[in-house]
Amino acid sequence: MADLKGYKGKSLDFLNENDIGIGDSVKIIADLAYTGILMPRYETSEDSHIVLKLKSGYNIGIELEEIEKIEKISSSEKTVVKENTKQTNPDLPKVLLLSTGGTIASTVDYRTGAVTPALTASDLNDAVPEIANIANVDAQVLFSEYSENLQPEHWIETAKKLKDLVDSDYKGIVIAHGTDTMHYSSAFLSFALSGFPIPVVLVGSQRSSDRPSSDAAVNLLAAIRFVVKIKTKGVFIVMHHNDTDDTVACHLGTRVRKNHTSKRSAFETIGNNPAFVINNDKIMNNLEKEFFTKKEFEPKLKIDTKVALVKYHPGYDPKQIENLIESGYKAIIFEGTGLGHVGKTMYNSIKKANESGLFLGMTSQCIDGRVRMTVYESGRDLMDLGIIPLNDIIPEVALVKTMWALGISENIDDVKKLMLENIASEFTE
Amino acid sequence: MSEFDIEKIGLKVGLEIHQQLDTHKKLFCNCKPVENTEFTGKFTRKLRAAKSELGKIDPAALFESSKSKTMVYYENQNSCCLVEKDDEPPHDLETKAKETALLISSALDSKIFSEIHVMRKTVIDGSNTSGFQRTMLVAQGGSIVVDEKQVGVQSICLEEDAAKLIKDEDGHRFFSLDRLGVPLVEIALEPVTGSPAFVRKIALSLGRLLRVTKKVARGIGTIRQDVNVSIDGGGVVEIKGVQQLEQLEKIIEYEAKRQYGLKLISKKINSLIKENIDGDNDIFEISNLLEQCNSEIIKQSLQNKNVIKAIRVKNLAGVFGFEPFPGIRLGKEIGQLVRFFGIGGIFHSDELPNYGIESKEIQYVRKNLELEKDDAFLIITGKEPAIDHAINSIIKRIKDAKNGPIAETRAATPKNETVFLRPRPGASRMYPETDIPTIKISDNELENAKLMIPKSWDESISQIQNKYKINEQLSEQIFDSEYFDLFEKICGSKKSSPSFVASVLCSTITNLQRNSFDASLLKDNEILDTFDLLNDNKISKESIEIIFKQIMSGDAVSVSEAIQNASIKSLTEEELNKILDVIIQDHLDEIKRDGMHSIRSLMGLAMKQVRGQASGNLVNNLLSEKIKKL
Repeated sequence: MADLKGYKGKSLDFLNENDIGIGDSVKIIADLAYTGILMPRYETSEDSHIVLKLKSGYNIGIELEEIEKIEKISSSEKTVVKENTKQTNPDLPKVLLLSTGGTIASTVDYRTGAVTPALTASDLNDAVPEIANIANVDAQVLFSEYSENLQPEHWIETAKKLKDLVDSDYKGIVIAHGTDTMHYSSAFLSFALSGFPIPVVLVGSQRSSDRPSSDAAVNLLAAIRFVVKIKTKGVFIVMHHNDTDDTVACHLGTRVRKNHTSKRSAFETIGNNPAFVINNDKIMNNLEKEFFTKKEFEPKLKIDTKVALVKYHPGYDPKQIENLIESGYKAIIFEGTGLGHVGKTMYNSIKKANESGLFLGMTSQCIDGRVRMTVYESGRDLMDLGIIPLNDIIPEVALVKTMWALGISENIDDVKKLMLENIASEFTE
Repeated sequence: MSEFDIEKIGLKVGLEIHQQLDTHKKLFCNCKPVENTEFTGKFTRKLRAAKSELGKIDPAALFESSKSKTMVYYENQNSCCLVEKDDEPPHDLETKAKETALLISSALDSKIFSEIHVMRKTVIDGSNTSGFQRTMLVAQGGSIVVDEKQVGVQSICLEEDAAKLIKDEDGHRFFSLDRLGVPLVEIALEPVTGSPAFVRKIALSLGRLLRVTKKVARGIGTIRQDVNVSIDGGGVVEIKGVQQLEQLEKIIEYEAKRQYGLKLISKKINSLIKENIDGDNDIFEISNLLEQCNSEIIKQSLQNKNVIKAIRVKNLAGVFGFEPFPGIRLGKEIGQLVRFFGIGGIFHSDELPNYGIESKEIQYVRKNLELEKDDAFLIITGKEPAIDHAINSIIKRIKDAKNGPIAETRAATPKNETVFLRPRPGASRMYPETDIPTIKISDNELENAKLMIPKSWDESISQIQNKYKINEQLSEQIFDSEYFDLFEKICGSKKSSPSFVASVLCSTITNLQRNSFDASLLKDNEILDTFDLLNDNKISKESIEIIFKQIMSGDAVSVSEAIQNASIKSLTEEELNKILDVIIQDHLDEIKRDGMHSIRSLMGLAMKQVRGQASGNLVNNLLSEKIKKL
């Protein structure tokens, strides 16, 4: 049976009746005559049209009702993909490229018509041949998911993969990752792999690699150059620095955030310059201290996801906090206003949470700057109710860190201690 | 010299018209389609060829990619947002543009698709920040009647206009983003046989059909023609950038002759060799052979540490310099080809010794390449790897020359010739625009489009004749011209005489243009200002041409500056009265003798003094009043 991806209902029946599959060359007689190749259809589309790619390359939708006759000219050609014989240069350092999916590895998806992660890491390698002059890159596909579909299990799996490579001869590890949740992943790897001996860089792109203007190649090249040249341990995110294609920023994996929905330069280090700026062969170093506080590699690959990130706003219903307690949550990270406040209406529920043994941490929805809960009365009240101010940690990073800390110990005092310890530059000092 | 009869070579010409639409927004964002010459920011990008939906890379894209240029983009916030910068996904399709495309399709009786798919047409010469142009096939089929002949419509597409190239130098291309994304309708017509004059008529008719919709942009650069030209047994050559209809005929004639010339060259090649040209093992590095060479190009090249290579071409002595028609040579084709890799230094054996390359060097080369008497060679200098890309394309070009004219994309030049631009793109340059869902066209929209089909050209002309009381010829001229909107605006104030305005806009400006003044320097608001001054009696009719000359030559950038430069001043009525009073006092005898008849000679005397500073009408009125009062 022919492959008829995306077709359903009437159009599926019509194609089956005529024994026509995707990729077949067909001739269609309607009020005009068309020849072209039958293309897949997006699943969400209705069932009264078929999609034809004309000789000119244009795709058009032809309504079934108008078709008088359809005729197969030839069956789809199976294109033989030429295997690129990879040349390795023994003088160059080795780098591992892990692909988890995301825009950086995206191509057209006939299920939705939008782009979806499908390229393998080795496709990416082929698409950017310059890589071969910088490093011998081994490419492996870990997952093929958009970053919104990546869950804490994926973080653990990634961390395990890296942990096993601790004694490898790789100069560095580059992880192709969707950008939406990239900073959650980088934060987890930073805590879980504290002291990891070689640089780990997460890299993504804001424009998919199927377009000539994609930032995938520029970012990927910069990431590989970075891990080859720089010996600094740490987990970093490498993305476009500004509008222009020649500078790429390298951010600390615990101090970075996606601050724009679509721009190439969406990623920004919060409250500081990026740790490094990569301009072709030149790498500018702004790093003031080691990324990891501890020198030794101490992998701690556990997680407990019973943590809520609560953004306080006027009109917030304190009942929701009680719901969290009832649902068995073990910690709440507040994204409070300003220096770290929530309204008085919340006090009772917070008190209950504290009494129920939840860890309560405060960050600010201002994103940039420290929380300081001793300045106003309300801040002092909240501290009395058991809320721990978490300095200038980014709210999402605080969430990930709490999940990780709870994975290590259920004891609230241990969790408090871990949460206030600077492990991977999550606090600016 | 060979015989050439354009009627007997199987000439086929297909027109492709690109017409900007008159909308308030660009096709996929809210930016205004306005022209900018000042910029508020710039950024640079690189583009690389990506695979098509079918997994292939387009030859034209690969060609551009091999030149690896850096693109520099200039932006102005008035006309550019993150969409133009390729930093935000496109917004929804502009409704007005879609309606106009449907209307034009209906007017051409073309079959509109009920489901339209937006595609990305790969263009990586930098003219699109994204590396592709968004385009959608709206309709196919239909026809336009020209001289009682039906000319078929191949396709009607709605697409985005490209960024404007400012300059191209040293591996950098500079673009401004104001024009990027302006809605454009592309109409491709079936190729026709027939004279270039007939093709020009088709272009005129199609242009007129578009103009009567009153929904298309008017003015310089808002309509561009591409022509596809082929002759019997040759590939189709697409010629880009024919700006004016006047150029069209000449370019078709040139291109037909060039293609026929290439056919004659291919005959010559086939008479010399039977087998296919292979080209492998025919490339030699010869930098050391030419170390003592006196040629400036070679000396310079060696100084810049370029390499010099030679290509051996067996049995084809005489082919590169063979000139069936003046200026049509294979050597020239190759020269144009390599220029696109940034390579200027190329010589072929038919033109040597020359350019400082002397017989003894030629002997070295011939010996080194082990050439026989009938063998030819080319010398080329440049940097690696550009030189290797160039050599590959030269060898391919020589192989192709055996088969006559090849399919390629060329550009029209100001001298009405054509020059190589890039290989012809294929279907693999199309990729679905994944950021935009398919667009449904409802029956309702189709009905509306049909109802909106405008009046015919003839009806439109007679309407203009009636409204402005001007004759048919002038009505046609003004409606065809780029200034029709402006004409309506100026005449709307009811202060100016429509026939005078029309003749200024049609004849005065055109005449100046013929005398090499640049009409693109003269902006609409300057023309409006000039007519305002005229209506306020601040300048005379005669000053208009002087002002336009100043602006169109670049000597002045505003009407006031033009007036200052040309020392046009308009006299106040008081000043004028003084001058006229003196003239009358000096000629009292004559006035007494001839009465009102004396006005003719007095007019002459007065105008000699005040020409360009006061209108003839005013002088005439004042004089006759003054004479009556005496």
